[in-house]
Amino acid sequence: MAHLPILPLLLPLLMGALLLLPPLANNIKRQRVATLVTMFVLLALSVKLLLTTHDTGTQMYVLGNWHPPFGIVLVADQLSSLLVLLTAVLAFAALLYACAGSDQTGMYFHPLFMFQVLGINGAFLTGDIFNLFVFFEVLLIASYALLVHGGGKQKTQSALHYVILNLIGSSLFLFGLGILYGTVGTLNIADMAVKIAQLHGGEAILAKIGGLLLMLVFGLKAALLPLHFWLPRTYASASAPVAALFAIMTKVGIYSLLRVHTVIFGDHAGDLANIAQPWLWPLAVLTVSAGTLGLLASRSLRLLAANLVVVSAGTLLIAVALQTAEATGAALYYLIHSTLAAGALFLLADLISIQRGKAEDRFVKARSVLQPKLLGSFFFISALALIGLPPLSGFVGKVMLLQATAGQTTTLWVWTVLLGSGLSALIALSRAGTTLFWRTNYPPAHYQLKPNQSNPVTAAHPLQIAAIVWLLLASPLLVVFGGDMTALTASAAQQLHDIDQSVYGLLPPVSGSPAQGAQ
Amino acid sequence: MEALYAFCVGIMTTCGVYLLLRARTFAVVLGLTLLSYAVNLFLFASGRLKLNGAAVLGQSEQYADPLPQALVLTAIVIGFAMTAFLVILAMRARADLGNDHVDGRFPETPNNNNKQEKN
Repeated sequence: MAHLPILPLLLPLLMGALLLLPPLANNIKRQRVATLVTMFVLLALSVKLLLTTHDTGTQMYVLGNWHPPFGIVLVADQLSSLLVLLTAVLAFAALLYACAGSDQTGMYFHPLFMFQVLGINGAFLTGDIFNLFVFFEVLLIASYALLVHGGGKQKTQSALHYVILNLIGSSLFLFGLGILYGTVGTLNIADMAVKIAQLHGGEAILAKIGGLLLMLVFGLKAALLPLHFWLPRTYASASAPVAALFAIMTKVGIYSLLRVHTVIFGDHAGDLANIAQPWLWPLAVLTVSAGTLGLLASRSLRLLAANLVVVSAGTLLIAVALQTAEATGAALYYLIHSTLAAGALFLLADLISIQRGKAEDRFVKARSVLQPKLLGSFFFISALALIGLPPLSGFVGKVMLLQATAGQTTTLWVWTVLLGSGLSALIALSRAGTTLFWRTNYPPAHYQLKPNQSNPVTAAHPLQIAAIVWLLLASPLLVVFGGDMTALTASAAQQLHDIDQSVYGLLPPVSGSPAQGAQ
Repeated sequence: MEALYAFCVGIMTTCGVYLLLRARTFAVVLGLTLLSYAVNLFLFASGRLKLNGAAVLGQSEQYADPLPQALVLTAIVIGFAMTAFLVILAMRARADLGNDHVDGRFPETPNNNNKQEKN
């Protein structure tokens, strides 16, 4: 299938547009069936794409047959197809959960959801840095609308911050792109990586400014320390399926950092090699520390989950800052695990919040949830995974990260911060669990006897349970198939760091040799 | 020409950043608009400034780089859509939150000038 790399973009795009037209518009049942089928097909396509890239190497899709470095290309290497698959898995669960009823609290949930998936997939698959900007905007504008889905004061307030910050980020992105285009004269990521090494003197300083501006923008998306303050409130106020889908959004920033600062400004970039590193790792360590404090200070489960996203983003940023293939491989494994586990916790927090009535998910003494055994065991599993305790994938991911950082000059800092964040996650989640499930006023049966309350408590919908189980299953599966998974992430990281594959392999042989291309 | 151009972009960026820091939604919308104008001009200049150069081969002795022009066009369209969305969101926030501060409430100052302005 020659057109395989573009299908993860075309499918959600076309379905998103179709959902706005008569046979599907205004009929929520048909919309649900259509989007679920689409997501299922997308899931199958992503698996196929991953297998293809693993077996036959990187797939390059040349749009309009304009060959690089002139035209726009889509590049599906192992890293991007792995992340496309992760998006499909997460989005399928979020959609399943939404189909239980939360998609009806506002208009156009399903088309927006499709466009959001389109933007995320596009950002992962593009091989052109201006196209990366375009897909960022696609995913952002869909996320703006999804964030206010359902309405309410809190959502408007956090959406205002989120939208304004991201619009400023987009302007900075364009400034960075303008500087880089002005100095290297190309926008193809692989071609930029070749040309950036040939810059010297004033041009190199300009390109450095451009590169650091891009780091700033990706740092904003990935919740790097001084730019992460928008995240907890935004994620905590979004409706559950949207928050679960947003768990992948910080990872888009981390992916872009990997793509730009490992491939373009990597070891081979001459004067500009590893320009982000001196900034990235201290800030990443501070991000984890700030997230850790946030964990201990959280007053509701959703805020706690959002702060866990900050901690995991910081952990990943540390690994990105190390710029070694081993650290990147460990980071990819941890990325998959933390995205899925955080998504599950957001969905679970919503169920708990519904069943606790007025107290919602705040850590106060209140009535018991209706299904304490079911939700309690879900909470236990997701907490184990997120803290990083032995039987589940968080443990494996953290051990790999710690191993990857061993022997470096920064080991002491990284180990202290990572282990400290694990400890405080343990404290925060134990406190959360005991308050939510054990410090209760009445047994749940008390409420079942009174069906005529003003705010009836309903048991979880089977689709909601299915969505959470789908995400939670990933954690043990990541351990059971740990050998295959680590081999996969290690080979994806190896491919990214090997410039023969990630740079010269994507360019025609003429401009492929480093000696040529200077003007 | 380059100095004048750079000066204009710089002035617009400065005004944009200043307005963004005003932290009232209308000022922020104006600030973002100015910032996006500045960035559009900046992108346009990244292909070098050239007089009498068509962006088509063979039409003039020198040709201008067509790519920045295409980029600017994309950036204008996207910036326009985003600004429109932000205007609607700002109006919604004014209705939902009762004021036009980006935090949804005025910061507490010793003499509370802002509160009086609100009333």
